[in-house]
Amino acid sequence: MVDKTLGTCKEAVASVFDGATILLGGFGDPGLPGQILEALRLQGATNLTVVHNGSGGGTHSLGGLIHDGKVRKLIASFPSNPGNQSFQEKYLNGEIELELVPQGTLAERIRAAGAGLGGFFTPTGAGTDLAAGKESRVIDGREMIFEKALHADFAFVRAHKGDRLGNLNYRMAMRNFNVPMCTAAKFVVAEVDQLVPVGGIDPEDVHTPGIFVDHVVEVVRHPEYLKITTEGR
Amino acid sequence: MSLTRDGIAYRVACDLPEGSYVNLGIGIPTLVSGYIPAGKDVFFHSENGLLGMGPLAAPGHEDPDLINAGKQYVTLNPGASVFDHPTSFSMIRGGHVNYAVLGALEVAANGDMANWRTPGEKVPGVGGAMDLAFGVQNVLVTMMHATNKGKPKILNKCSLPLTAPHCVKRIYTDLAVIDVTPEGLVLREFAPGLDPQTVQSRTEAPLRVAADCREMNIPAKFHAAQPAA
Repeated sequence: MVDKTLGTCKEAVASVFDGATILLGGFGDPGLPGQILEALRLQGATNLTVVHNGSGGGTHSLGGLIHDGKVRKLIASFPSNPGNQSFQEKYLNGEIELELVPQGTLAERIRAAGAGLGGFFTPTGAGTDLAAGKESRVIDGREMIFEKALHADFAFVRAHKGDRLGNLNYRMAMRNFNVPMCTAAKFVVAEVDQLVPVGGIDPEDVHTPGIFVDHVVEVVRHPEYLKITTEGR
Repeated sequence: MSLTRDGIAYRVACDLPEGSYVNLGIGIPTLVSGYIPAGKDVFFHSENGLLGMGPLAAPGHEDPDLINAGKQYVTLNPGASVFDHPTSFSMIRGGHVNYAVLGALEVAANGDMANWRTPGEKVPGVGGAMDLAFGVQNVLVTMMHATNKGKPKILNKCSLPLTAPHCVKRIYTDLAVIDVTPEGLVLREFAPGLDPQTVQSRTEAPLRVAADCREMNIPAKFHAAQPAA
């Protein structure tokens, strides 16, 4: 019997190695695997490349990982988000490398990797500072730049429901980068609000099919949250 | 006389046609959704995967999984949908979103726009600004006509790094409504009590005055008490 569930977030991050590239899901809090991130910080792997929309904040989750000096490079669209003191300090001191990518290009580079593509041409960024060093081509009369697929060793995401086969369902704005990220890494773990029995997610409501997911770990949220998300408001 | 920030947003809202799909940037653009009259179907898109976004959530009624691109708790209108980033940016980059209303630091006479890097900023961030500026057919800019120091922001050529070249269709400021055309900038409307010459004096790039150029028809509550600097 296939059982992709794990008991703890510690197990979820046990195989992360120094120098690994990690796709980190979420946009703001929705879809961010907070407990896996905390386990990763404690696990000790360093010299990491992290792909995430922003740069986190404070000294918890991604902010904590950066604060502790575990991240060598950040690939992001909006690392200038408020409250990112850890990133700002490291960046200004030259202790962390930044690859700045327009948000849609970032999502599409991840999607391309998951779909087995080498990359794609897009007009976004052509003729701007972010086109520096990129191959350029005129397609149907419009200048476009080449953006390469973005693969990773690990992807960590948060979903709403998951089952032991790795099927995932997201609520509201949780889907964001998580859907493409699950397709683009060698090893994928989802932190879920609720582990449900097989069949507990209607096939029409599976947003990430289990084929993309290696492990699922249940991290129950605050009771008030569960009340909101199950009863509605 | 000039317009308040809400006045600029109100003026933009008047131009958004029924049935349009619209992405609003932060700042003045965010205010636009408040001025769509009841019964007019305009659908608001948020980069993080929402279409049919409603007003901000009332205090105590926030859904922790439902935020907009500015990380504010929001609501969904009946008929809304939620989706992932590739779908969301297909709407933007594929030209399906009809209007992007964006703040800008500078706009040039040829429609070049700069809004992603400010002088002296410590950490750069681009977010979805370039995707919107390149992908959306109608990029509408809202901004104050001049900087706090009175320096024009509508220029012959942008001095800041570009978000996208040749992307702006129309500019809405506290002083005027200006179209970007292949022949240059065209003044369509000026704020109550102003005249085209005054608008030109606060604009670096040359303005052609449209044949039907007129004073803005805008409720008095949107008139700023003080004339713009």
